[in-house]
Amino acid sequence: MTSRKSTGTSATRWLGVVVLLMLTLLALCGLVFSAEDVVQGSTVRLMYIHVPSIWVAYIAFVITALCSATYLSSKSRSLVWDRVAGASGEIGVIFVALSLVTGSLWGRITWGTYWVWDARLTSTAFLFITYIGYLAVRRLGGTHRQRARRSGVLALLAVIEIPLVHFSVKMWRSLHQDASVANTNAKVELDGLMLFSLFLGVVSFTLLYAWLVLHRQRVLFLEDAVADRGLDAAILSRRDEAQV
Amino acid sequence: MSTNFRLRRQITVAVARKDLLIEWNSRILVNQVAPFAAIVMVMFAFALDNDGILQQVAPGLVWLATLFSMLVVIQRTFAVESADGALDALRVAGVDPGALFVGKALALMVQLFALETLLVATAVVLYGVEMSIAGLGMAFVTVIVATIGLSFVGTLYGGLAAGARGRETLLPLLLLPVVAPVLIGATRATEAAFGSGGASISEGWPWIGLLAVFAVLFGVVGAVAFGPLIDE
Amino acid sequence: METVIELNGVVAVLGQFPALAGIDLRVHRGEIVLLQGPNGAGKTSILRVCAGLMPIERGVGKILGIDLNTNRDAIRSRVGLLGHANGLYLDLTVTQNIEFWASTVAATKDEVRLAMQSMKIDGRLATVKASQLSAGQRRRTALASLIVRRAEIWLLDEPHAGLDAAGRNELDSLLRDAVRAGATVVLASHESERAGGLATRTVIVDGGSIGQGEL
Repeated sequence: MTSRKSTGTSATRWLGVVVLLMLTLLALCGLVFSAEDVVQGSTVRLMYIHVPSIWVAYIAFVITALCSATYLSSKSRSLVWDRVAGASGEIGVIFVALSLVTGSLWGRITWGTYWVWDARLTSTAFLFITYIGYLAVRRLGGTHRQRARRSGVLALLAVIEIPLVHFSVKMWRSLHQDASVANTNAKVELDGLMLFSLFLGVVSFTLLYAWLVLHRQRVLFLEDAVADRGLDAAILSRRDEAQV
Repeated sequence: MSTNFRLRRQITVAVARKDLLIEWNSRILVNQVAPFAAIVMVMFAFALDNDGILQQVAPGLVWLATLFSMLVVIQRTFAVESADGALDALRVAGVDPGALFVGKALALMVQLFALETLLVATAVVLYGVEMSIAGLGMAFVTVIVATIGLSFVGTLYGGLAAGARGRETLLPLLLLPVVAPVLIGATRATEAAFGSGGASISEGWPWIGLLAVFAVLFGVVGAVAFGPLIDE
Repeated sequence: METVIELNGVVAVLGQFPALAGIDLRVHRGEIVLLQGPNGAGKTSILRVCAGLMPIERGVGKILGIDLNTNRDAIRSRVGLLGHANGLYLDLTVTQNIEFWASTVAATKDEVRLAMQSMKIDGRLATVKASQLSAGQRRRTALASLIVRRAEIWLLDEPHAGLDAAGRNELDSLLRDAVRAGATVVLASHESERAGGLATRTVIVDGGSIGQGEL
């Protein structure tokens, strides 16, 4: 392990530069160049953060589930899968939080309420809570393998739970077809530049996610390595205890 | 270790019987949990302070009280395993984890069913709920199907949260989001049974379908996932 | 002679603490091995590793030829462990406890009766709730549950603790019978004089490692 002062490599530096450029472009397109919505005015610009955030959150959790499945099913049980799953889960939670906050702000400005009980928003809130639980389980302590197994099983359980919750919530909200309730599915008329900005947002956020996960899983590797070194030292001092 | 189906069934029955025997001997459900659940129902009345509203939201209150009481019952069913290291002994004995899972879930089902029957009766008494015969039938079916699902998912997550220090407090955080579909489905079906807000009986059936899907899913998944979760 | 337990450089951890810091141990079938050492030496952890309860962090462990790193599940049910705790259900009676364990291996009523007899559990004691038993009585109940499970390897953690002189002699003859029937016994004790007469070999455990074995 080379003694580098950071978790970056030349690859991540290039990626970082690209991400930075794209985000700047996104900010320009989203905030300056693109048009306002006829109905919602400038608040529609929140969409350029909100939609990519939720998109990335879903990707993050799919990655977590896939890595967990790979870890649990492989013979070698390489901890890399566990660390990527964990990093992805952490980043995913941040993006869900971001989408909830932007969604809430959007609702507040447009319809006057911070929260509406529509299917999508409620399911998103559940996604958030479920992964908070996932992160809590990762912090239970024990060996690296115990952590990997417990959180791995939990991630796979979440793959089942989230659609189930989403479906139940949808069934539930379909009972409440009030015309007066704010319809978050209201179509926003998207012209060419707005569509491009949205697409740019999705791509740049995804690359940002990748950059964050690469760094974070390296940090997790280092944390695990520190713990292992600690174990080596502990083994030696334990042996010294013996009068044998 | 090859356990054939017959031995597995025997283990399931033995485990369920053991758990119910423990409850029979200790009477925790009867002496502590049921009164707790009843008190929760009373406190809802204090908090909501409106007979009309109470009657209307009675179904939701019944299931909320059920979920909160269930947390206690699940922790109890795993506390008896770790009190004297019995869970370790079960693992060393190579008891099939799937059979262990189903056995504990079955015992939990019986206890929760008794609890929910009590809570529905309490709602009828305290909140002025009136049910037709058909409504009673729907309530009965709802309780059965919901209880099966809750027992499976509760045993699964209870196993994860059992034993080690700092893990027990995780149970509510992990379990309550997961049982949201049951809360939604059971409450809507119970609304149909109670006729709350003018709901008709037939409206309850789709929700019972949802509860059934939940129960089957977690029955199957739980039997598979339980082993890895209780292992060290 | 068949090697039933083979541990090479085994490291096992409790959280971040290395309970076992490199264990080398070989046990052959039919032996009665005494693990002797002070509290905290790692005797309990060795037993738990052999029972398949504690995962191995480093090193290799083979029980009955089965590799603990790859296939820990397979040795369960062939091994019996009596740990610090007794594995009893405190709200059940002695009989209910033993019968439960018997049903997990489909043991017959006769086997249950024999197990209770060999542990001198009479009719009166059998109906007492486990929570009301003395430490020695709990031990005997736990041992009866162990007998009924017909394990190939018996792992016992301080089995004589809480037993009176008669009880200890009973236990010793029980263990010798089991060995004669093909089992192997590993027991841990911090009492140096006690199990010396019973054991065929004594192994010193200290600081998570093994000292010289003596016969």
